[in-house]
Amino acid sequence: MSAPEERASIASPAVAIAATQALRLKVEQASYAYAAADRSAPKFTLGPASFEAQQHEMVAILGPNASGKSTLLTLLAGLNKPLSGRIELDGIEVSQLDLRTRAQRIALVQQESELLFPLRVWEYVLQGRYPYGRRLRFESEEDCLFAGNALAQVGAEALRDRWMDQLSGGEKQRVILARALAQRPSLLLLDEPTQHLDIGGKVELLRRLRRLADTNRYTVLVVTHELDLASEFCDRIVLLHKGKCLRVGTPAEVYDRELLEEVFQAPLEVEMRPGGRPRVILRGNQ
Amino acid sequence: MRPLTPRRVAWICAALGGVLFAAVVISLRMGAYPISVSEIVMTLFNRAIGHQNEIPADFWNVVYEIRLPRIALGILVGASLSTAGAGFQALLRNPLADPYVLGVSSGAALGAIISLIAAPHTPGAIQAAAFAGAAATIAAVYFLGRRGGQLDSATLLLAGIVAASFLSAVIMFLMTTLSGRDLRGMAFWLMGDLTSQPSINSGWLYLLLVIGVGSIYTTSSDLNLILTGEQEARHLGVNVNRVKLVVYVAASMLTGLAVSLSGAIGYVGLLVPHLMRMMFGSDYRLLIPASALGGAILIVVADTVARTVVAPTELPVGAMTALVGAPVFIYLMRRRVR
Repeated sequence: MSAPEERASIASPAVAIAATQALRLKVEQASYAYAAADRSAPKFTLGPASFEAQQHEMVAILGPNASGKSTLLTLLAGLNKPLSGRIELDGIEVSQLDLRTRAQRIALVQQESELLFPLRVWEYVLQGRYPYGRRLRFESEEDCLFAGNALAQVGAEALRDRWMDQLSGGEKQRVILARALAQRPSLLLLDEPTQHLDIGGKVELLRRLRRLADTNRYTVLVVTHELDLASEFCDRIVLLHKGKCLRVGTPAEVYDRELLEEVFQAPLEVEMRPGGRPRVILRGNQ
Repeated sequence: MRPLTPRRVAWICAALGGVLFAAVVISLRMGAYPISVSEIVMTLFNRAIGHQNEIPADFWNVVYEIRLPRIALGILVGASLSTAGAGFQALLRNPLADPYVLGVSSGAALGAIISLIAAPHTPGAIQAAAFAGAAATIAAVYFLGRRGGQLDSATLLLAGIVAASFLSAVIMFLMTTLSGRDLRGMAFWLMGDLTSQPSINSGWLYLLLVIGVGSIYTTSSDLNLILTGEQEARHLGVNVNRVKLVVYVAASMLTGLAVSLSGAIGYVGLLVPHLMRMMFGSDYRLLIPASALGGAILIVVADTVARTVVAPTELPVGAMTALVGAPVFIYLMRRRVR
């Protein structure tokens, strides 16, 4: 365990409680590098990152654009193998899992891609059951049950017969989340899920994720730009900057005014609120 | 929630099979030599119970030597082209993909013509060469259609159009320089035509059809996911590269098979899968068999019209499908742009 993490487990009550629970995700000095599409540009490198996450925990990966958040997420999802270090899920190295087993344990919610042909909501959510079947499978009663439950968990039962392309941004985000839940994963990864939502939608989504983590043994990892929402809902923060993992810990530990100002290049103020959750305020023009 | 069941697939396929049978019977009736439905049923029955000598000779000739082989060829070609079209649409994630539009048919035709020149009497050479031509063309179009590492829908179609016109020019060059050959026959064949009969045992050709359609069918659950995004399919556990390879080889083979037998019949691979989607939804577990049957029905009907509408002159069946297919293509393109 690295020094900041040790401090985190001592300092934060939330993490101290979580430490008694089963360790779910362990990232040990994982790094990655790839060549950019343009040959003249330098290779992007993600320096060694280390952190851990327990069951019921919600972790936010923060950082400005091009800080390596999405690259880290592809490593966690097992899509790329780290160049060095290890990423373990329940004690098994993620890159060693075969495709279907990985899809049964890790679900990744990305910004939606364009659908080629119209699809109903329930058809979309049933796709989440794919890793559980043989080739050329037809869905079973059980699959429908799980898909129905997943829709209920995100409060989207009423949408089941609607067409995907007729949903609002918030509704679509919930349905995409439902498909991930239908996979019944233990690790739920979300890549900027709040991007196209208004403030009400953002709060609702994070509240829902928090509830899922609390009641369903999921470990939730969110890549986001929302500093305040991450502080409000997440147990742990991983702060990245220019491909380096700068700090890992509770929001109170990571939200240091000078550090955040340097990373985000903006005049910020950090205000500690009762309950130990900091709030970030933009300072006026000074 | 009503997920697709094997029973529903079986019912729809049985219904389409019934329509195909009706189309075959009607097609057997139509033509210069009039035959009634009862006569057709009687001769089929007589043949089935082995009383072939009770069938009049000229009747036998018309039904079994002329019309039925042509219908059988139509079924083979229609099923191949429309399954290949449905496969290419998923493989390239482009609803306008079709062997003809993408230039794959022209590539197969060029392969077939080169084999006719180089090895005119080798059995199966024309099919193998057409397959190679189709596979090479789709690979070229795929790489030309990429922009910034991503497959771009419009660039892909442009690449297909460029490939088609380039390959047609090469075919024209070959045909005009090799003056000793039957130019009119070849030109007719290039438009798509079912009059020529295969030089090799047709059992092999049907086996290839079954292998091609079957291989694509085994990937149909995977294709459903690839249609919602390759990256997402990968997260859900699909071995995307393996699926793409299977569909690439099988769809190229089916296109090569169809073109080697009947020339470049256009738009079947576009029309039929879209029609089937409108009727039965876009689930590939149903769409693949439905497209195969629908393609067979379309070609049997189109060929019947082509050989009867301006009788005694016959139109190439490719002209019929293009007459219907081109406006549908424009409609689909405009709907997509909007």
